[in-house]
Amino acid sequence: MFELSPQEWTAVALSLRVAAVSTVVALPFGIAIAWVLARNDFPGKALLNAIIYLPLVLPPVVTGYLLLLAFGRKGLLGAALADIGIVFSFRWTGAALACGVMAFPLLVGAIRLSIEAVDRKFEDAAATLGANKVWTFLTVTLPLTLPGIIAGAVLAFARALGEFGATITFVSNIPGETQTISAAIYTLTQVPGGDTKALNLVIIAILISLVALIVSEWFGRRAGARVHGV
Amino acid sequence: MLAVDVDKKLGDFSLDAKFESSSGVTALFGPSGSGKTSIIGMIAGLTKPDRGRIAIDGKVMFDSATGINEPAHKRRVGCVFQDGRLFPHLSVARNLDYGRWMSGATRDEGQVKRVTGLLDIAHLLKRRPGALSGGERQRVALGRALLMQPRLLLLDEPLASLDAARKREIMPYFLRLRDEIKLPMVYVSHDASEVKALANRIIIIEAGTVVTMGGTDLL
Repeated sequence: MFELSPQEWTAVALSLRVAAVSTVVALPFGIAIAWVLARNDFPGKALLNAIIYLPLVLPPVVTGYLLLLAFGRKGLLGAALADIGIVFSFRWTGAALACGVMAFPLLVGAIRLSIEAVDRKFEDAAATLGANKVWTFLTVTLPLTLPGIIAGAVLAFARALGEFGATITFVSNIPGETQTISAAIYTLTQVPGGDTKALNLVIIAILISLVALIVSEWFGRRAGARVHGV
Repeated sequence: MLAVDVDKKLGDFSLDAKFESSSGVTALFGPSGSGKTSIIGMIAGLTKPDRGRIAIDGKVMFDSATGINEPAHKRRVGCVFQDGRLFPHLSVARNLDYGRWMSGATRDEGQVKRVTGLLDIAHLLKRRPGALSGGERQRVALGRALLMQPRLLLLDEPLASLDAARKREIMPYFLRLRDEIKLPMVYVSHDASEVKALANRIIIIEAGTVVTMGGTDLL
């Protein structure tokens, strides 16, 4: 009874690709922003913080619509990026962008917490040993933050897998291009007799999420042991 | 030679310290909370004084009058902290090598051998800081500070976290260090017996100000 059509397998593969790409691309930005928020005070910090967290509280449809305005073919950024060959609208890359934006607050939040948990005394020690700010971050803060980075990345990946509202608003629901698992389930529930197939996809979504969480737990433990010096 | 003349307001505590120290071991002696650690932080470049001047061997590290404030990583002032502060994610060997790594200098195996031999830590190189005893940890921290080739060594209560037996175990290493490596040291402590055993010059600090300076006969 458990069988999926090629179209549904495509949705599964696309979801994994979209979630993986959005997480990997968002990660360096997430680490940088988390460090800025955790270790620096500057005017406008509260505003930056609020903007980062906005996608978490806005209706996803609103975020998707804003992305459409900004990154659509005629959007301010979208038109400029299209000139250099980067197109988001109605492409899987757009789905990845939407997922990245939606997952960003979770990513930044987890990494920021773990940067704040790194004892500044270690950073002071690194400075007295000749490490400037950048090297201190790369050789001390970043490795000690690793468990938080892994946790944040998995959270972002899981969030990206589940993204629906912003994605469908921004890049629609095109099989093979922008139809992720969530969108496929939604489509199946709209047609007569689609329930069984939808249920299969639901099971796959649960399995992927479970595996992601277990893998992150395992990585987190290993990284935690390393960080605690044993 | 180290010349310090600094003011700083820390909450409702005000620090105003002026002293000089030449070669050998200078002790900053005084009760907890008298501002000794803050002074060390200013010499290392981790805390910024409100006003004043700090110079090491004639090189100005901080001068509020001319706006000079060398960042900590350029001062080449070695620090050993009370809690060691070994990087928990790096092995003992990588911890020891950290200062050399940051300076980009080539590895000097002879120097590493000398220092690990002096401190009896050669057998610990592969371990992680979490697997060291308190005494071993402090010896590695001392080795790490020495291997960065500092112009001055600051020791901030390096024995305070250890029990009496561990203190007796480590003291001989400090004495060897004082007698074999001619490196000027500033030793912060509130323990009179430690200071007597090690220092050749004592600066007594109370409530943020220098009360007296002199030889070991002060205690």
